[in-house]
Amino acid sequence: MAASDVKLLGARPSPFVNRVQFALNLKSIDHEFIPQNLAEKSELLLKSNPVHKKVPVLIHGDQPISESLVIVQYIDEVWSGPPSLLPSDPYDRATARFWAAYIDEKWFPLVRDLRNATDEQSKAAAVEKLFEGLKLLEDAFVNSSKGKGFFGGEKLGFLDIVLGCYLGWVRAGEIFTGLKILDETKTPALVGWAERFASHKAVDGVIPEPEELVNLIKKFQARAAAAADASSK
Amino acid sequence: MSSRGSKMEEVKLFGYWVSPFCRSVEIALNIKGIQYEYIEEDLTNKSPQLLQYNPVYKKIPVLLHNGKPIVESMVILEYIDETWKNNPILPEDPFEKARARFWANFVDQKCFPALWKTIWSTSEQYEQNKAEALERLKVLENELGGKRFFGGDSIGMVDIVANFIGFSFRTIQEALKLDVFTEDNFPKLWEWAENFANCSPVKKCLPPQDKLIANFPPAYMGKTLVSSFQSRLQLQFHPPAAAK
Repeated sequence: MAASDVKLLGARPSPFVNRVQFALNLKSIDHEFIPQNLAEKSELLLKSNPVHKKVPVLIHGDQPISESLVIVQYIDEVWSGPPSLLPSDPYDRATARFWAAYIDEKWFPLVRDLRNATDEQSKAAAVEKLFEGLKLLEDAFVNSSKGKGFFGGEKLGFLDIVLGCYLGWVRAGEIFTGLKILDETKTPALVGWAERFASHKAVDGVIPEPEELVNLIKKFQARAAAAADASSK
Repeated sequence: MSSRGSKMEEVKLFGYWVSPFCRSVEIALNIKGIQYEYIEEDLTNKSPQLLQYNPVYKKIPVLLHNGKPIVESMVILEYIDETWKNNPILPEDPFEKARARFWANFVDQKCFPALWKTIWSTSEQYEQNKAEALERLKVLENELGGKRFFGGDSIGMVDIVANFIGFSFRTIQEALKLDVFTEDNFPKLWEWAENFANCSPVKKCLPPQDKLIANFPPAYMGKTLVSSFQSRLQLQFHPPAAAK
């Protein structure tokens, strides 16, 4: 399949875009990455995802697919050779989808809450909630990995991609707040997993360095503060 | 291998009669012709089984298949489609399947919360909430286009997930004298809703209209009683998902 047949509209810092990049890399799919300026959206992006106007969008041939989890499953189904991203058993697939929804809808928003916490008390409360979630994910990892290195077992799979894409932002959150989120004394299995994940060849180089993301956090906060100032005048 | 009525299959559904998430699962089971035992949960007094089978969210619906629990309605729908291969609710073509998943997510995460908010609006909030709901319904009306159902000739995952729009919302809106989803504004969706509610897998599990109306009495709208009733129900329903 020629590289021009598969395009990914994305933005490097977006964990949802990174997710799709992992899937494409794992499947060794040649593709063209077209970086998007989210402050000034391109015609192509608006045409390809008119409903949400967001990245990532995968364009395969001339067909656009949006929503990161929809895209990852599409990739798994179209390029169905090994490695498989989702497990083959329907119950295991349901378990993976359950945790994916939990991670996206319940857990990762807590990382944002931590970044936005202004005083020590709310930071501590946010970290506590994060830890509760991580305990659940630690158990999920132990059950899913069955003694091997990844959620997917011996190889990276769906859940590895779903959680792993957030590792840069988790690390950035730790640097920004000075608090530990992934703590080997609390969730040792996840800490070990995170190291293996980050050094996997399909992942290496995809997630921006935490320092770059910390700078982005500072930029967002400055912008938000300026907007608040302007609107209160 | 027969997937119906087999001695090895044991299918139970823990639900709550008002919940459209529960209804989604029932419709899918009916489409596939699966026999199941329905267990109505008292949400103010959840059963030990519910808490055991769904420890993370403690919510309905919970599907139990041969003793193994599956939770979250969208996850359950995919599980049902992958386990029982007859009468598929998702298209086979990967691109069409991706489209169906995209639109199912849109209905679940954008349409349902917007419509739900209009029901529980105070009179000050109503116009703004209505505007948001109208916007979402317009997108859906465009997507439906000339098709009989979102799934084509027969109902599929998107239709199932949109069951609240197809039936309950119109009933509730009429009882509360709201004017969000009208035939004039959304002629295609209106016709879709009529066809949807008349499909036999759907008809089999719709609540009686009078029971539904009694559950949303107009006297509650805009009053402080709403908040306790609302919070009891919202314990069960998915809060609007965080934007991706």
